[in-house]
Amino acid sequence: MLAQRATQQSLRRLAASNPSMASQMVFKSLAVGSSMQTRYEILVAQRKNRPTSPHLTIYKPQMTWIPSALNRVTGSVLSGGFYVFGAAYLVSPLFGWHLDSASMAAAFGSLPVAAKVAAKFAVALPFTFHSFNGLRHLSWDLGKTFSNQAVIRTGYVMLGVSTVSAFWLALFA
Amino acid sequence: MAARLTTRAFTGLRPSLRMQAPLSLGLRSMASVASTPSEEPQPKTKIFHIYRWNPDEPASKPRMQTYTLDLNKTGPMMLDALIRIKNEVDPTLTFRRSCREGICGSCAMNIDGVNTLACLCRIPTDTTKETKIYPLPHTYVVKDIVPDLTQFYKQYKSIKPYLQHSTPAPNGKEYLQSKEERKKLDGLYECILCACCSTSCPSYWWNSEEYLGPAVLLQSYRWLADSRDEKKEERKAALDNSMSLYRCHTILNCSRTCPKGLNPGLAIAEIKKEMAF
Repeated sequence: MLAQRATQQSLRRLAASNPSMASQMVFKSLAVGSSMQTRYEILVAQRKNRPTSPHLTIYKPQMTWIPSALNRVTGSVLSGGFYVFGAAYLVSPLFGWHLDSASMAAAFGSLPVAAKVAAKFAVALPFTFHSFNGLRHLSWDLGKTFSNQAVIRTGYVMLGVSTVSAFWLALFA
Repeated sequence: MAARLTTRAFTGLRPSLRMQAPLSLGLRSMASVASTPSEEPQPKTKIFHIYRWNPDEPASKPRMQTYTLDLNKTGPMMLDALIRIKNEVDPTLTFRRSCREGICGSCAMNIDGVNTLACLCRIPTDTTKETKIYPLPHTYVVKDIVPDLTQFYKQYKSIKPYLQHSTPAPNGKEYLQSKEERKKLDGLYECILCACCSTSCPSYWWNSEEYLGPAVLLQSYRWLADSRDEKKEERKAALDNSMSLYRCHTILNCSRTCPKGLNPGLAIAEIKKEMAF
């Protein structure tokens, strides 16, 4: 603001004291060029002071962005777990870990039933959630089920089907 | 009215009017004064928490300020409440507003967790629930609920939002469209660029420097879908990178929040389809 005013004032003074200098072209291009530059600098300086308005913490939880966030979380957990186990399996002979199928099955078999079901459910739910939400995404990629009602309806159906199928996997599979 | 009555009275055509008018007015006002105390309804007080930040005190943090209004004395819309607070309670409260009928997009803000236009948002009559009003999410705050939309407008400009047509019209006058071609623009041209959808999009929150956001992409599709436009390939080429378009992860907060009932999510899906096939 101050810089802009100073520039304007000095240009005006120059024009007043030396009329031959104030040929319209020179004056105009100088004024426009400097004011655009100062305007941008002012904006950058102002943004350093301006707070960013609140976002995640205040936005209403809805059937749109909550499952979307969970889709990313479950995807990261599933692929992350896969990579971690794969890498551990690869280096297990070096460290003497027993990660082969037979010893894993024996270790899992020795757990109490409740822990078995809980562990299986904890793995099954991210898997079913991510899979069934993936079907919604396939439908959207075809340009279908985009109305608000359809998004909400398929969202609830997806939550129900993935929870039920995760229980089924934990109990019977 | 009064002035007209006086001039008439002075011209002397109907002098009786001069006496009658004040008399009837007096009677009416007396009647209303007498009846008000008994008819005063139970006050319906509602609490509003409003985001405040003053650029004149840049060191102080943003805060929530609480206002209480009697809904019986307030208009039905959120904008009425804000205007009443500004007029009668706190003139320092700052917000944008213009048309008060959902066509200018000035009063876009986050009300009770959802982006909408204050002028189209009814005040929930449930007085036990307190209303919270914030600026559009993840924007630079200019003052109180006024966001800085410079970047948003810059992005709108970047998609060249105008008809690009170099060949002369076949009939020498105007570029004609069939009814079917015109119909493709329905649901696109109605956008008022209020920025509700863009600022509801988490992807836009994290990538607003490069991702165009739902509002600007809906406008982009409005020109891609226009049968008269001749720069389709250039328009598509400008979107063909990892950031401009493909940061859309079909979260669909945009379609959910649009105060005009448009579907930016669908428009973006149509662009993606056109790019793919």
